[in-house]
Amino acid sequence: MSGVLGTSVKRREDPELITGRGKYTDDLTLPGMLHAAIVRSPHGHAKIRSIDIAAASAAPGVVAVYTGKDVIASGVGGVVPTGWLLPNLKTPAHPILATEKVRHVGDGVAVVVGEGRYQARDAAELVEVDYEPLDATVDAKGATAEGQPQIHEEAPNNVAFDWDLGDKAAADSAFEGAAHTVAVDLRNSRIIPFAIEPRAALASYDEASGLTLRMTSQNPHLHRLLMSLASLNLPEHRIRVIAPEVGGGFGSKIHHYPDEAIASWCAMQCGRPVKWAATRSETNATDAHGRDHVTHAEMALDGDGKILGLRVETYAAMGAYLSTFAPCVPTYLHGTLLSGQYDMPAIHIRVIGSFTNTAPVDAVRGAGRPEATYLVERLMDLAAIESGLDPTEVRRRNFVPADAFPYQTQVALAYDSGNYEVALDKALANSGYADLRSQQAERLASGGKLLGIGVCAYIEACGIAPSAVVGSLGAQAGLYESAKVRVHPTGTVTVFSGSSAHGQGHETTFAQIVADRLGVPMENVAVVEGDTDEVQFGMGTYGSRSAAVGGSAIAKSLDKIIAKGAKLAAHVLEVADTDLEFHDNQWSVKGSPDKSVAWGDVCLQAYLAHNMPADVEPGLEETTFYDPANFTYPFGAHIALVEIDRETGEIELLRYVAVDDCGEQINPMIVEGQVHGGIAYGIGQALWEEAVYDEHGQLLTSTLLDYALPKAHNLPSFELDHTITPCPHNPLGVKGIGEAGTIAAPVTIVNAVVDALRPFGVKHLDMPLTPEKIWRAMKNGEDV
Amino acid sequence: MYPASFEYVRATSAQEAVDLLAQNADAKLLAGGHSLIPMMKLRLAQPAKLIDIGRIAEIRGICEKEGTLRIGSLTTHDTIANSELVRQKCSILAGAANKIGDPQVRNKGTIGGNIAHADPASDLPAVLVALGATVHMLGPNGPRSVAAGEFFTGLLETALEAGEILTEIEVPACCEDGSGCTYLKVEHPASGYAVCGAAAVVKMEDGSCVSASLCFNGITPTVFNAWPNGGPLVGGSADDATIAAAMAELSIDEPMGDIHASGEYRVALARAYGKRALIAARERSGG
Repeated sequence: MSGVLGTSVKRREDPELITGRGKYTDDLTLPGMLHAAIVRSPHGHAKIRSIDIAAASAAPGVVAVYTGKDVIASGVGGVVPTGWLLPNLKTPAHPILATEKVRHVGDGVAVVVGEGRYQARDAAELVEVDYEPLDATVDAKGATAEGQPQIHEEAPNNVAFDWDLGDKAAADSAFEGAAHTVAVDLRNSRIIPFAIEPRAALASYDEASGLTLRMTSQNPHLHRLLMSLASLNLPEHRIRVIAPEVGGGFGSKIHHYPDEAIASWCAMQCGRPVKWAATRSETNATDAHGRDHVTHAEMALDGDGKILGLRVETYAAMGAYLSTFAPCVPTYLHGTLLSGQYDMPAIHIRVIGSFTNTAPVDAVRGAGRPEATYLVERLMDLAAIESGLDPTEVRRRNFVPADAFPYQTQVALAYDSGNYEVALDKALANSGYADLRSQQAERLASGGKLLGIGVCAYIEACGIAPSAVVGSLGAQAGLYESAKVRVHPTGTVTVFSGSSAHGQGHETTFAQIVADRLGVPMENVAVVEGDTDEVQFGMGTYGSRSAAVGGSAIAKSLDKIIAKGAKLAAHVLEVADTDLEFHDNQWSVKGSPDKSVAWGDVCLQAYLAHNMPADVEPGLEETTFYDPANFTYPFGAHIALVEIDRETGEIELLRYVAVDDCGEQINPMIVEGQVHGGIAYGIGQALWEEAVYDEHGQLLTSTLLDYALPKAHNLPSFELDHTITPCPHNPLGVKGIGEAGTIAAPVTIVNAVVDALRPFGVKHLDMPLTPEKIWRAMKNGEDV
Repeated sequence: MYPASFEYVRATSAQEAVDLLAQNADAKLLAGGHSLIPMMKLRLAQPAKLIDIGRIAEIRGICEKEGTLRIGSLTTHDTIANSELVRQKCSILAGAANKIGDPQVRNKGTIGGNIAHADPASDLPAVLVALGATVHMLGPNGPRSVAAGEFFTGLLETALEAGEILTEIEVPACCEDGSGCTYLKVEHPASGYAVCGAAAVVKMEDGSCVSASLCFNGITPTVFNAWPNGGPLVGGSADDATIAAAMAELSIDEPMGDIHASGEYRVALARAYGKRALIAARERSGG
């Protein structure tokens, strides 16, 4: 179906999912299957004196109880590794079951394997662990102070790394004699990823075929690789990882956790399949969390509001252990984005990664990029006040001009394309910005509820690549993507993609790419992902990379198919293949469209192989490992209107206007859906969500009674629009959209609320913006 | 979220439930299950036996008798919220029931289960106390009744004694006697429970306030009754300025707090929403 690209085809995967027929990991059952319950630390920090498993072992239905010592004795690696290295990074071991010490609430110390799920849980309560509680340290910056409890011997003062980027001398000199300087001390709050489906793993093992692991994974090949190299030490070809339906990830299902290794190891020990499925509070306490930055940031500007320099110092909590990509998130996914949409002549950032007695922190919902946008866009609002300019004007004066691309930033990235002023203008027009400002003034004069208008101009870097570059920055992985296109003899198509969807809609969008390029009906295209035995090595789905990298890999393979088909068609037509063109599902001679060979004939000929050109092999199947030339750089402008109750501090979000540029859109409906989800999450962080630990390392927000997710009835109907600035370096011109909302929305909302509170002298408030914080700010402001 | 093991038995009448309770000291009554089962799943409650009273028809349903509404303890929040009778004659109760949880909770949760659990942030307690409702129970010694104001005795504690079952809640048809009533709620952003729930019932006659009750959920461990003895509005015009002055004076000892809202802030909310609820109730009153 040529022309299907760019249309809002309904998601093919939805009927099964929304009628409850989708099979998620915990829906699967294998013959003889056992259930694992992991005994977890109730302490934030404690020594393990002893573990008594006698009572648990004798409980009804219990097959086995194991501790970390059993794992060590079995001779497997028994640790989960770090997949991104930085200079002088401390990499203390992360055992899959702790033996000497627990370092956060939820750290696993033993596992009970039972016939029934309830029996395993009941017996887990009978495992008696004698702990010697230790003082805990939970604050990203506070943990690095002298005299704090030491979490790992290898990391003095709990410092995991001390990293910097940019030109410090240039940044410092920008501040000397600057007409204006602004500064902010902020915390980017810790959030829980909160995929609807908690993590789960179902492992089975037999000598003949090795390990088969069905699990909640965003990247099955990566899980297989890390389990082979580090946690289980099984030969890679004897591990099959399958991601069944996966109910959201938001980053949390990228990482290799102890739990899937424990389930696999138990299956090997017991000789029977073993399932582990986290409860909601268990997944909340052990999923890698996001953000948790303590930042001081300063900006210098000239008398016209032009940025001269930016200096940032951030303490980023790593949690108790280094999760898979943890060191990359506050450094290369954060520091490199600090130029925002702006021409900044000097930037320097220092990031200190710290160990804390909390769940590990890793990539979640935008991963580093929301933190970068947050601090840059908070500073831009402060710069506007300091310079006496409207927030939109100070941004406009600093935009990288549309004719300045490619633009080399001072923090490594080279922006390939952009047109920032157009997006901002569209957002201003759609929101009626000037009118909103006059309403705001009227409201203030009338003494009614306060209005606040928040503006944000964000940039994102997606499809992190090319592999040689990310390797030089510390990645222990390549960041290409693979696609195999298999054309069957009857002309239908199966695509095997190294991406691994968990809600993104690849079954639809990838089929659209194929149908559009080949001119075949979408129903003749199958998309296969998420199985290491079926799919060639792939890197998976995260960082808004699947359309730009995975989709481009498919496009490249399709081009190879068309090229090979042309050779067969040329052979039949007795012309040179260079004389042919492919459209409308057939190859025809340029200028003589009646001389053509149909798609179906070529496909069949390729497999009959009765009449092949001399140098062409039978079959019609092509594979591409696409390694992009650069990141892609989506951008946009968001505007929010909030109303604040002067008496109580309660906030109502009245309007949310977004203009996003993700390049070409494969399926505008899916783009819109992704923007909706991202904005909702971003608003969630701004207004409600926060993972809170007390000083002992207790997670106070482990259930939905305390952790406040955004709810539909708290949100207005979003007003969405877009511009299209195609990516110049990939075959589809696409950039990525999954994280745009979660990058832009937090600071858009905070800017709006702080804007409303300007009459009270408020310059900054940390997320989440609870009504009580607003109320206190207004109370304090009355004294200003 | 896996409860410990328990036995299960179903009662077919209120009397049978009372008999079963007498025979099983460690048993808990199961009605809609929306308070008890979450506690069991977190293993905060581990009853040895559940006596399921969910299908006892005689203590479910709403009727009107002698100027009061009689609401069976097994009546669901949804039934109350959507009852024409309750909406017309005691709109505050229908409104409060409609603010509980989400549709699934309202479809299963019952008024009896809700008040027997006596969560301090639940929506119904303040409303029932402000209305002057009466709670009817059945026990080994037969039926007895207490005023709602005496029913709620503390954090998760009520006057319901071991061996007793709630049978009926009797509520005055306040909308018919010149009273105006309003329940306003500040929702907890996570749980949806009340950070502050303000229930006001104001009766006016010829421009003069005859009675005014004001009760709060979510502020103290059990219902906070601001004016158990009449309060400052009675005898006056209950105009906005008087209400505002009364609320500025409102003092609440030892308010509860959590990570979302401190006690100090909850008191500020009580003052603001007490004022708004009283003004709205006065405006709805016949006088």
